[in-house]
Amino acid sequence: MSQTVLIRKRDLVRQSQRGTEESPVVKWTLITIALGFAFLFLLLPLLNVFAQALAKGWSYYRSALVEPDSWSAIRLTLLVAAISVPLNVVFGLAASWAIAKFEFRGKPLLITMIDLPFSVSPVVAGLMFVVLFGLQGYFGQWLGAHDIKIIFALPGIVLATVFVTFPFVARELIPVMQATGTEQEQAALTLGANGWQTFWHVTLPSVKWGLIYGVILCNARAMGEFGAVSVVSGHIAGKTDTMPLRVDKLYTEYNAPAAFAVASLLAMLALLTLAIRTILEWRQARRELIAGRVDS
Amino acid sequence: MSHTPLLSRRICRFHLAIGAATLRPRLRMAKKRFNALPGFGLTMGFTLFYLSAVVLIPFAGLVVRTLGLSWPEFWRLATTARALAAYRLTIDSSLVAALANALFGALLAWVLVRYEFPGRRIIDAMVDFPFALPTAVAGLTLANLFGPNGWLGRYLVPLGIHGAFSPLGIVLALTFVGLPFVVRTLQPVLQNLEREVEEAAATLGAGRLRTFVSVVAPSLFPAVLTGFALAFARAIGEYGSIVFISGNIPFKTEIAPQLIVMRLEEYDYTGAIALAVVLLVFSFLLLGVINVLEQWSNRFLH
Repeated sequence: MSQTVLIRKRDLVRQSQRGTEESPVVKWTLITIALGFAFLFLLLPLLNVFAQALAKGWSYYRSALVEPDSWSAIRLTLLVAAISVPLNVVFGLAASWAIAKFEFRGKPLLITMIDLPFSVSPVVAGLMFVVLFGLQGYFGQWLGAHDIKIIFALPGIVLATVFVTFPFVARELIPVMQATGTEQEQAALTLGANGWQTFWHVTLPSVKWGLIYGVILCNARAMGEFGAVSVVSGHIAGKTDTMPLRVDKLYTEYNAPAAFAVASLLAMLALLTLAIRTILEWRQARRELIAGRVDS
Repeated sequence: MSHTPLLSRRICRFHLAIGAATLRPRLRMAKKRFNALPGFGLTMGFTLFYLSAVVLIPFAGLVVRTLGLSWPEFWRLATTARALAAYRLTIDSSLVAALANALFGALLAWVLVRYEFPGRRIIDAMVDFPFALPTAVAGLTLANLFGPNGWLGRYLVPLGIHGAFSPLGIVLALTFVGLPFVVRTLQPVLQNLEREVEEAAATLGAGRLRTFVSVVAPSLFPAVLTGFALAFARAIGEYGSIVFISGNIPFKTEIAPQLIVMRLEEYDYTGAIALAVVLLVFSFLLLGVINVLEQWSNRFLH
């Protein structure tokens, strides 16, 4: 029943568009050019990653990944993401709660500050931490005297990663929390729930999808960051090389198949990120469609 | 000739009126919002602490260090011949890449919104691929594709087209990195464009091209310009993908972020800082321009 209504509606729309459509020749020329561009810049680079990674066969691919330095790069990347993503999630939740649920002066300024890392070149971001903690930096001497390593070590890599992925979770959460308003939380509080209960049982479920979305984007960037991490890492093989840095090193050592093997893992991460994102978006669109039908 | 500009101006006013109508109740609601929610002190405190620790203090460190430089010294470090060549290459290649994105991105957005064809949804999802793919991987695969033995390079290099280790390579990488911006800013505007307007133009006797040029294009222009500026801003700071494809030859294929890294590798902190400040100031100016552009193009969205 609803199916037929939908079809009839579509026919009506189609009829009304007759005067405003390009001729088939123009239309298919435009589609061809656009798809050519998409093929050249989206599909071909992706296919090439996997083709080059497997150019020397499966066994070479496997051994390139478990080779000690590459393996340690994979583990370091996972470790860095495991530290920096939760930090930014906690920050994102706190910042979006304060910004979306309360009114205060200077709110636009705070939002601008949160977005700041997006407009800083990754290399400059890395440089900032070198200026603070590097050998000639503000705390360089003190850190050296106390034998604490930040630059060219794990803490520096985490700091640089946290900086470049700083806005992702907060940015996704703020509009979602603003859209849900405060009525539900007020109701929960009136019914006797305490602040944490309200947050856990009322707020968190209502922003769940925005949060997941922010986390996967944050994670993708955290694992794939090159510029900022490159400046602070020191490129010590087996110690401070993350996966993107390992790709660079293998490539400059003229070991392209191994570089592509490590790169293929990062490409799979990108595909996974896109897939989750697309599924979330389709869900959202379907829910809006259903809501629209109920309304009408 | 005279009725079409008038028509589009009237549509503008119509959009503005709708925008204002939806904005007013929202403002009233925000004012009326009464608050008994807990946790403001805690969350705000943590937000400010974390923001300071991760962003503001490092930022201040760079600023203080820069202020320690005398103006002539700063000027000398920031405007060496090599630095000027790097700025120029950065800006030129970013401009060309952003222009390519404005042109092809607008076309892609149009095709994705207006036409039905097999694989449309997949292509639509793939537009975000450059956002999700680590830049190092992008640089690696593009350098390989356009290199002398690559799938494309083996045909292009004999023709004298060097898509790797050349300024063209930089443009290709920056085009890839900036691809989603124009498409994603233009798509919602295209979806919200009312077909009735085009129908009206058609009824009034305008041909398809004429309708496009004088009715459709003016309302798309702000969004395309915003997307262009976003892609440009992204390209200015890009480093990861360029490392692989540029070849990094001073005065020829060395972009500004690469020069910063070179200075750091020579332990020339002040040289690196001077270049970084120039890059930062440029990014912030661009950010200001983008904010203005976004406000302008949002007038066409409601």
